[in-house]
Amino acid sequence: MRGIVKRFGDTVANDGVDFTVRPGTIHALLGENGAGKTTLMRVLYGLAARDGGEIFVGGGRAEIRSPKDAIRHGIGMVTQHFSLVEPMTVAENVMLGAEGGFRLDLAAARELVAQASERVGIEIHPQVRVDSLSVGERQRVEIVKALSREARVLVLDEPTAVLVPQQVELLFEALRRLREQGLAIVFISHKLREVTAISDEVTVLRRGQVAGTAAIGDVDERELARMMIGRLAAGVRRESASAGGEPVLSVEGLEAEDSRGLPAVRGVSFEVRAGEILGIAGVSGNGQTELAEVLSGLREPTGGTVSVDGEPGRIPEDRRASVVGELSVAYNLVLEDLDSYRRGPMLDERAIRRRADELIERFDIRARATDSVQGLSGGNMQKVLLARVLAHEPKALVVAQPTQGLDVGATEYVRSQLLAQRDAGAGILLISEDLEELLALSDRLVVMYEGELVGSFEAAAADVEEIGALMAGLR
Amino acid sequence: MPVAAVVVTFALTAGIVLAAGANPIDAYRQFLITPLQSEFSLLEVLVSMTPLMFTGLAVAFAFRAGYWNIGAEGQLLCGAIAAAWLGQHAGGAPKVLVIPAMLVLGALAGAVWALPPALLRTRFGIDEVVTTLLLNPVALLVVSGLLNGPWRDPVTKFPESPRIAGGAEFPQLVDRSRLHLGFVIALVLAAVLWFVTTKTASGVRLRAVGLSPRGARFARIPVERTLLTAALVSGAVAGLGGVSELAGIQFRLTEGISPGYGYTGVVAATLGGLSMIGVTAAAFFLGLVNVGAGTASRVLDVPTQLGEIITAALLLVAVGLILFRRYRIVRVTA
Repeated sequence: MRGIVKRFGDTVANDGVDFTVRPGTIHALLGENGAGKTTLMRVLYGLAARDGGEIFVGGGRAEIRSPKDAIRHGIGMVTQHFSLVEPMTVAENVMLGAEGGFRLDLAAARELVAQASERVGIEIHPQVRVDSLSVGERQRVEIVKALSREARVLVLDEPTAVLVPQQVELLFEALRRLREQGLAIVFISHKLREVTAISDEVTVLRRGQVAGTAAIGDVDERELARMMIGRLAAGVRRESASAGGEPVLSVEGLEAEDSRGLPAVRGVSFEVRAGEILGIAGVSGNGQTELAEVLSGLREPTGGTVSVDGEPGRIPEDRRASVVGELSVAYNLVLEDLDSYRRGPMLDERAIRRRADELIERFDIRARATDSVQGLSGGNMQKVLLARVLAHEPKALVVAQPTQGLDVGATEYVRSQLLAQRDAGAGILLISEDLEELLALSDRLVVMYEGELVGSFEAAAADVEEIGALMAGLR
Repeated sequence: MPVAAVVVTFALTAGIVLAAGANPIDAYRQFLITPLQSEFSLLEVLVSMTPLMFTGLAVAFAFRAGYWNIGAEGQLLCGAIAAAWLGQHAGGAPKVLVIPAMLVLGALAGAVWALPPALLRTRFGIDEVVTTLLLNPVALLVVSGLLNGPWRDPVTKFPESPRIAGGAEFPQLVDRSRLHLGFVIALVLAAVLWFVTTKTASGVRLRAVGLSPRGARFARIPVERTLLTAALVSGAVAGLGGVSELAGIQFRLTEGISPGYGYTGVVAATLGGLSMIGVTAAAFFLGLVNVGAGTASRVLDVPTQLGEIITAALLLVAVGLILFRRYRIVRVTA
């Protein structure tokens, strides 16, 4: 792939990316979330149309406009979300999309499955229904599917995200066998440990550009981590806060599962004091979402304790799901305190309107009180949520990805509001994937990796390389 | 939307009317205009509208909260059972005592019938569409069991209950017509529910839960409690509809006491856009079609089922139009 460019609106997901994979190698594509890895592979597989650059397969130019073209060129992809039909058997699933003609040739499909599973080195029974297979086994069915289409290039997108350690080892063995057979394998990951364990070559993407390409033997893990995170401006540090007051949010041994029932938060303990911002860094998918949900009251923990001084103010990760889109801005602003606007049995609409206008003014919300919230821009929606939360002047705030998807102006505004709250004595827990944001706002910083907290830093003494290494799973 | 639904429905069913052997224009005039032309038939329209208001309001209130109560039919029957029981045991007690008691009992019976599916939904997340629906035939079987057993009329031996006591009968509103107290109660209910949903804090919370359960939960609104309350209120209102039909029209419990009022209530709720005022208007319209179907069948010699066909078609068309309001059809060029 040469000079690949892919834009989504104003965002450049891939900015002139060069990427080469040789047969008989496992080439890792490493980077944080949002670095552009998945986008790049989606372009390769025809799931996204590129805006610039060229693709060459086996030496010749390849025009790939859909997965069908990609498959024709011998490219197979195993995504994070499997595309298997659960009530059907393995053989039927392998056949789907490649039936070729009117009659179903199940015998041929069984043969294909048998051959492919031999290549992979693990027994896969073609007659078994997919819904009785474990996640690891289903992943192998996906690989078999790709192989049965005579793939010469196999792309795996974060394959270990859904696997437990023993299954990871099995997967790696299968990949090594396939490598011996001359397959070119692309392994997308953000986990350094795995990348160094399995790959021969690695390309690091950062913010849509290639930060570096190397053979595994030639580069050490610290360097890779640095390539992933990059050199961040040492500035953007405001004067360090006071020593911090009483704890306003304490978490002890917290445990929680994700929506699949897998453990996401594994025994997390920390404390947020008044007048300080505690930042939690980490690549998305390491339990931060679940942690934020537990602290916001949206998810029940499976263990541990949480104690908060008063009701915590919450800025949620998914702002669209946290407002009632079809209600007005005014109602959304007062939704939590409707009872205090009652006059007898009726709602005092004028009082609500007055309060709404007040908040719109104070929080610079560019909308009318009567507008329905779903039509607002992301920035204004976030301001509505901010206004609702901050109007109560909470002592503790749980904030998750507050500036995700916001333009520069809205981002500045939200960050300044958070700092203002901190200066007024609130204790803020800030969960963000944006390391720059964390470094700019936090007084203390911890890193979350695979559900646990690793490493704790005073912001002033934060070593970006160290943080990056922890985010990628080192030590 | 309702006007469009009506127009489209009539356009679609014109073919059926023709097949039934009548001129569509004549037929629709019989359906819609003729019943309004005499005092008697207008009052009959109001009579026909009454049970549909109860079930329509009940369903609309629940739907507004995002609780898909399809069990209004069974809830209505339970209200009727309660009213029939009280009516048979009222003795010589005066109306002023018996009627309020019947209303309370009937509402309670409807709410009780609505409780199990509501609990299954709030505790276990089990979809209420199926559970409420399946309790409808169960209620009918209970009615059947009572009428073929302990409540069989000892005089006629028919599977119908003895006539309720005089003190249990709803007063007539207009001489020489069947219009009864139930109509007034339904109007009052419509006003009360309208007030609650549009003017109170609870109403806004209920609407929030229906529009965005996640957003409501985030705003610390107790979603499960709201759903449960909406379900119980809905059941109670439908139960009141059962009381109304029994004490105002039928005066005895029969297996045919409800020719699908609960289901037609869904039509009324949808056609009325889930607003209490809209439901009232829709119930009027459906009552009109119902009465009109009767006269049309006599005058034009078309099957009486034509009215039901049109009502059913109305629901499908109304739902279809809602779909078009939400999504636009866009031409995608490769």
